[in-house]
Amino acid sequence: MSNNLIILPIIIPIISGLVMIIIRNHTRLHRIISILATVLIGLSAVLLLEQIRESGVQILYLGGWEAPFGITLVADMLSALLVFVTAIVTFCCLWYAFSSIGAERERHYFYPLSLFLIAGVNGSFLTGDIFNMFVCFEVMLVASYVLISLGGTKIQLRESIKYVLINMVSSFLFLIAIAYLYGMLGTLNLAHLSVRVAEAGQGGLMTAVAFLLLIVFSLKAALFLFFWLPGSYSAPPAAIAAMFGALLTKVGIYAIIRVFSLVFYHQLGTTHLVIGILAAVSMVLGAMGSVAYWNIKSIITYNVVVGVGFILAGFASFSEAGMTGSIYYLIHDMIAKALLFLLGGTIINITGTGKLKEMSGLIRLQPHLGWMFFIASLSVSGIPPLSGFIGKVFITEGTFQSGYFWLGAIGLLTSLMVLYSVMKVFMSAFWGYTDVKEVTENKSIRGLLMPIGVLTAITIGLGLGAEVIHEYVDLAVAGLLDPNIYIDAVLQDSLIGWGR
Amino acid sequence: MKKPNDIILKTVTNVAVVIILTFSINLFISGHHNPGGGFIGGLAFVAAIVLLFLVYGIEKVRKNIPLDFKVVAACGVLISVLTGTAGMIFGKPFLYQTFGFVEFPIFGKTELATAVLFDVGVALAVIGTTMTIIMSIGDDR
Repeated sequence: MSNNLIILPIIIPIISGLVMIIIRNHTRLHRIISILATVLIGLSAVLLLEQIRESGVQILYLGGWEAPFGITLVADMLSALLVFVTAIVTFCCLWYAFSSIGAERERHYFYPLSLFLIAGVNGSFLTGDIFNMFVCFEVMLVASYVLISLGGTKIQLRESIKYVLINMVSSFLFLIAIAYLYGMLGTLNLAHLSVRVAEAGQGGLMTAVAFLLLIVFSLKAALFLFFWLPGSYSAPPAAIAAMFGALLTKVGIYAIIRVFSLVFYHQLGTTHLVIGILAAVSMVLGAMGSVAYWNIKSIITYNVVVGVGFILAGFASFSEAGMTGSIYYLIHDMIAKALLFLLGGTIINITGTGKLKEMSGLIRLQPHLGWMFFIASLSVSGIPPLSGFIGKVFITEGTFQSGYFWLGAIGLLTSLMVLYSVMKVFMSAFWGYTDVKEVTENKSIRGLLMPIGVLTAITIGLGLGAEVIHEYVDLAVAGLLDPNIYIDAVLQDSLIGWGR
Repeated sequence: MKKPNDIILKTVTNVAVVIILTFSINLFISGHHNPGGGFIGGLAFVAAIVLLFLVYGIEKVRKNIPLDFKVVAACGVLISVLTGTAGMIFGKPFLYQTFGFVEFPIFGKTELATAVLFDVGVALAVIGTTMTIIMSIGDDR
């Protein structure tokens, strides 16, 4: 049965973005529409979550053309959870943008572009077809190209050229990988691919294609191939950087998790070991970067890389505990990274500089900001009552269960380095004498603090109320560990389903 | 500067533009069963306007077609997405399409398909996007 609810998270942002383009000069309306759109996306995601919990994976055959022939959208627990968190993060980032992005950027389609970005992100989460995943990646990337260069400052233009080139190359490789897949297996529907790979066996050639896909997704997810990330993500304003840091890399992570749990799960010793090694390397390098730099933006962007490594370390273990941890940590990381970027942006907004050595004593001026930064720092490094903790425990447990002791150990070690790096920011920005000029004291940042407060509340709530979402995470993990749940749902009525 | 002697060019263009526009509509309509459709029809339509640009200059054409093509493109995509949602109202999947036969006085029995509405959107999107690109790279400012 087709469930039209699945298309809503994709078309709501598109429709509202288009309406905004038509009424270009009413930026106040733009704000209202964009907030409404994110709320609606969140609501549809909640409905979807409930339906999936009650009656399993939901499917939509666009235009009534059944899988594997038509375009299929699939919402399983993992996708729906990610769509929901995306809506929350976007809501907060857009709210933050109201008082920080500036009238000029608002007039130049900031809100429509953000919503198109979200359409691409949601599309990538919900598609059941690897070619459509490519298309949704492109939708997301084209919007991000514009967002990263919007405003046209020198650093933005320099970084956007690198960003565009890197993503062009990776999209090109993605297409090649898809062509190989289609040439060998004659289908691009993920469920159908899974069936065919299982039938034909995952030989050397197939594993080579898997690695090609891994390279593509690693470029997007900043797994080891993160050389482009610190530069690009520190160029745009905080609201945009927060959306990038919280969402774009996560789409790459989702793609890795989806493809390597549904299609290429037959050679755990090679593909997943390599994912584990890459995860370990990105954790170490990311942590070194975040410890070494004395600039807020660089520290936060390197922390994104550590998070990516950590999530995929849990996935690489391919055990129930590891996967559970990965999903918990993925959800936590989306919230926490958005929070960190927004906090960093606010600090820079107040002090006018990103250099830690030039700021001190902010706690006297902005006590709320200071404490929220403190909570965010603890959350990012996985201190118990907060949301990062539970994911960290499960991921460590999972890696130990699978015998990847080195991976778990590196994860724990880098957590300490992450803790040091964010505490470094806290101590130098908030402790010490207040030598910021009195003028800035009067600057109202209430509009900036409220979305940050919401995200902080969520990260506390996720930590204390981990039990609440446990049922959903468990269902998501069950779907990842048993691909047949996904396959049966997609191919239920079709000939392939009967023939099996 | 001496005014160029382009009387032949202008005369030919005046006729050719009408032919190109008619052909683009023909391409658009034939698209349901034969080669053609919104994308190609839209491109052919733009070709006619580009020809006018070349002959009469960008300012004159802009004065006579006072449309913001970004809005045209947005309307086009909006039409396409909304026709997709129309099926949802009747309990069918997104992008569902249907067709039927209607007797018209002059044309006789004619096939009407809802996919055409979707294609109208595609055509407008193509026209809007292409015109926006050409006008922004063609501007001297």
